[in-house]
Amino acid sequence: MTSTITPYEDGPLIVRGDFELRTPDGTPIAPGRATIALCRCGRSAIKPFCDGTHKVINFRAGADRDTPKPR
Amino acid sequence: MVESGDRRYGPAPLPQPRGPVSAALHDALTSAPHDLPADLASEFDGVDPIDNEDLQLTLFLCYELHYRGWRGVDDRWEWQPSLIALRSRAEAVFEVAVRALAGPQPPLLDGRMASALAAAVAADDGPALSAYLQQRATHEQFREFVMHRSIYHLREADPHSWALPRLGGPAKAALVEIQVDEYGGGRLDRMHAELFRVTLERLGLDNGYGAYLDAVPAVTLAGNNLMSLFGLHRRLRGALLGHLAAYEMTSSLPNRRYGRGLRRLGLDKAATRFYDEHVEADAVHEQIAAHDMCGGLVRVEPHLAADVLFGASAALALDRLFAAWTLDSWQAGRSSLRPRGPGAPITLHVDEPHRATGSETASLMTGLAC
Ligand code: FES
Ligand SMILES: [Fe+2]
Ligand SMILES: [Fe+2]
Repeated sequence: MTSTITPYEDGPLIVRGDFELRTPDGTPIAPGRATIALCRCGRSAIKPFCDGTHKVINFRAGADRDTPKPR
Repeated sequence: MVESGDRRYGPAPLPQPRGPVSAALHDALTSAPHDLPADLASEFDGVDPIDNEDLQLTLFLCYELHYRGWRGVDDRWEWQPSLIALRSRAEAVFEVAVRALAGPQPPLLDGRMASALAAAVAADDGPALSAYLQQRATHEQFREFVMHRSIYHLREADPHSWALPRLGGPAKAALVEIQVDEYGGGRLDRMHAELFRVTLERLGLDNGYGAYLDAVPAVTLAGNNLMSLFGLHRRLRGALLGHLAAYEMTSSLPNRRYGRGLRRLGLDKAATRFYDEHVEADAVHEQIAAHDMCGGLVRVEPHLAADVLFGASAALALDRLFAAWTLDSWQAGRSSLRPRGPGAPITLHVDEPHRATGSETASLMTGLAC
């Protein structure tokens, strides 16, 4: 099973490949399509999927690992 | 001349002419391919092409030959040289007007294609058609909106598929990833055009391919002709991808509003599925379109960056005109469709549409499912 998860700048996580989406008790969540977008701004009305709300709330996030500034 | 037995899939019924050129072309199309009068296109000198019914229908008549074709029309017309010559003249006038409307494109900073597209979309202060459809439209007005959109949605994704053989590399892979979803992953009942057919049926509308061509005004034809123009010219492949990106990037939020509008009017889940599906699908497509497809294109062909932005701006500009036309008609108590019967003049007035204010803009955009 190979899959990739890619953070897109200021937007969702895009998941591709051979994956299975499940609730904590193991019930499958239908992905609806081969490539999906998972909300990472927390404000989508159709979580776990992205619905574009991140644009309305001006969500900002990089596309790589965030490195906290040293204090 | 192969006639399909199923009107849902085309060929389209030949629409009524709207002026001297479309009348001459319409007449010619009903007989075997032959040369059109050479000076036909001179009628288009000096017209404003975007709201010119005769020019837009002429272009549509030429272009449809490359899609599903016209019922009763010889398929060999598709490449008849004098028809192509007429099309080229009309296209030249149309392209100049669209470039003027789209305006100059800003230079790309550090090859950041996706941010430039996002900025173009964010700056788009179109009239609040989606908000109106969500909150106020009557059943009849929603039906009108769906009739306008049927011209595109019944062949949804097709114009952009013309980019496929013209691309290689990352942009092609990204376009395929989007188009596979548009075409329902190859399953008929999931194809977006088929989902739209269900919406038409639920609203009691004709689900035939091209059924509403006589009803829609020049501004609606122009939006469709723009995609065909970009799709049929390899030199405009950058604009074609930019156009698709703009559609994908202005889709999720308005489609949520369309779905809510239909639910407010008491329509069921089957009727709203097309819009509900686009909220989710286009949230995926917009990322792929901006970053992987347009970003991928300009990594390989950096000189196409301005074309990509032109295509996006053109898509947004024509959609603004459509929204203004529709809302103006409704606010004046008129139908946004053409009056039935021949010869009724239609003038498009495009200045100062009802604007959404700053922060509202993102959620009020006109928005096309794609
Ligand atoms: S990341 Fe898109 S809605 Fe949250
Ligand atoms: Fe889409
Ligand atoms: Fe679609």
